[in-house]
Amino acid sequence: MLNRREFIKSMGAVAAGTSVVGGLAGCAGMGGGKGGHVVVVGGGYGGATVAKYLRMWSKGSVAVTLVERNPDFVSCPISNLVIGGQKTMADITVSYDGLKSKWGVKVIKDEVVGLDPAKREVRLAQGGTLSYDRVVLSPGIDFMTDQIGGLAGNEELIPHAWKAGPQTVLLRKQLEDMKDGGVFAIQIPKAPYRCPPGPYERACLVANYLKTHKPKSKVIILDANDDIQSKKGLFLRAFQGPYKDILEYRPNSALLEVDARNRVAKLEFGDVKADVLNVIPPMRAGDIATKAGLPLINDRWVDVDWLSMEAKGVPGVHVLGDAIFPAPTMPKSGHMANQHGKLAAAAILNMLDGREPSATPVVMNTCYSFVDDKNVIHVASVHQYDAEKKTVLPVQGAGGVSVAASELEGKYALAWAQNIWADMLA
Amino acid sequence: MKLKLALATACVLGATGLANAQDPNLARNLAATCANCHGTNGKSVGGMDSLAGEPRDKLLQKMMDFKSGDKPATIMHQISKGYSDEQLALIADYFAAQK
Repeated sequence: MLNRREFIKSMGAVAAGTSVVGGLAGCAGMGGGKGGHVVVVGGGYGGATVAKYLRMWSKGSVAVTLVERNPDFVSCPISNLVIGGQKTMADITVSYDGLKSKWGVKVIKDEVVGLDPAKREVRLAQGGTLSYDRVVLSPGIDFMTDQIGGLAGNEELIPHAWKAGPQTVLLRKQLEDMKDGGVFAIQIPKAPYRCPPGPYERACLVANYLKTHKPKSKVIILDANDDIQSKKGLFLRAFQGPYKDILEYRPNSALLEVDARNRVAKLEFGDVKADVLNVIPPMRAGDIATKAGLPLINDRWVDVDWLSMEAKGVPGVHVLGDAIFPAPTMPKSGHMANQHGKLAAAAILNMLDGREPSATPVVMNTCYSFVDDKNVIHVASVHQYDAEKKTVLPVQGAGGVSVAASELEGKYALAWAQNIWADMLA
Repeated sequence: MKLKLALATACVLGATGLANAQDPNLARNLAATCANCHGTNGKSVGGMDSLAGEPRDKLLQKMMDFKSGDKPATIMHQISKGYSDEQLALIADYFAAQK
């Protein structure tokens, strides 16, 4: 984290007309940025990865500035274990210090509010601009809260907890405060949304908590989709097995409106009264992607070139992670955002060097979900570039899901988290 | 599986020349897709096998055995099938060369 004095100093440099990059060049161990300067917007799974890999693979010759509004990285994957009571916020929080001290990434705690692809600069919320040779946007998602009547401004009463941080803490507290015999209802938006298995994992972990601590309570899943979106058979086994008396799954249950004060979910056919109401609203690419005038599909997701992760028709602007329109069957996951980050880092280094990006990129996904405090299931896939279709396609016959939930995969899930956090940030 | 490994190696000797002409960092890029679980450059921080510095033939044999189903796994049998034999050989080359 920048302390206050460093922060003011760096902002002062901008105000005085000296670019932050100019400051970097004099910094020992920064490599001087002889190979160019890349600005990365957003320090999540995609942004942190591309920042580290650009520095590592360029052996420090490319300068990287990461703009992130939060002081630390807080992981969405594993955050359902905080909500379920097995983990704390400290367990899912990682500092940006490794990116700074080990990899020489300049980390600025701020928010990018504007992008000018012609001038090749981004504008910061707290004043000043950063110029770049290439920019990477990894802004994650923003919610379309206004699509659900009565929800806007009431995210404290009705948390989403779909961005890890204070919302995660809030939802956990509401569950702790709920009376035995209460109802926890969770609304799942229509696909595509961030982390397809995440809501079902959350329902399992809340059911697991309530079963032990408040056994008269109930979990109701209100799914706007017509079926379970990921690991269906395995989640069904949990719903119909250990949670059969406590959990109810309702497909085709799009939420139209909420009565926030009374925590009532209003559906097309009837209302559901809850004690804790967790609404995951419909979502789209993070605000900066829409503000920057990038090409959107369905008015929501950025259309990218899969060889470089560049927004189509906007040279120099790369977009990663949950904000993009996914290739066929590609999930919006932290693991996949990390893979996008590496694909983009390799492409950017080639392009800064005047070469074409690799013609044969590969990305893969692994996603573990807890069905209780120990037992875990996975889904995996590998996606290879198809030159004719100009997209990455899942390899037929590869990938798949667990045979059954197991404690062994529980150990792998936690090891996955430690290794991917290190792969991004250490 | 020894024969299949030998064939894969032979294919790679041919394919590597071509791949290198396309992108000298192909092996590095492919190996990076493994790093989420096995650590940056194959150096695991715990709970998963480290791949860095392991003998090349041992790594390739293991991946080929996952791919054929000879070696049982929770997930690696599904992931290894997503890569061509040539790609697996490049991945083995890369990790074996890591210190």
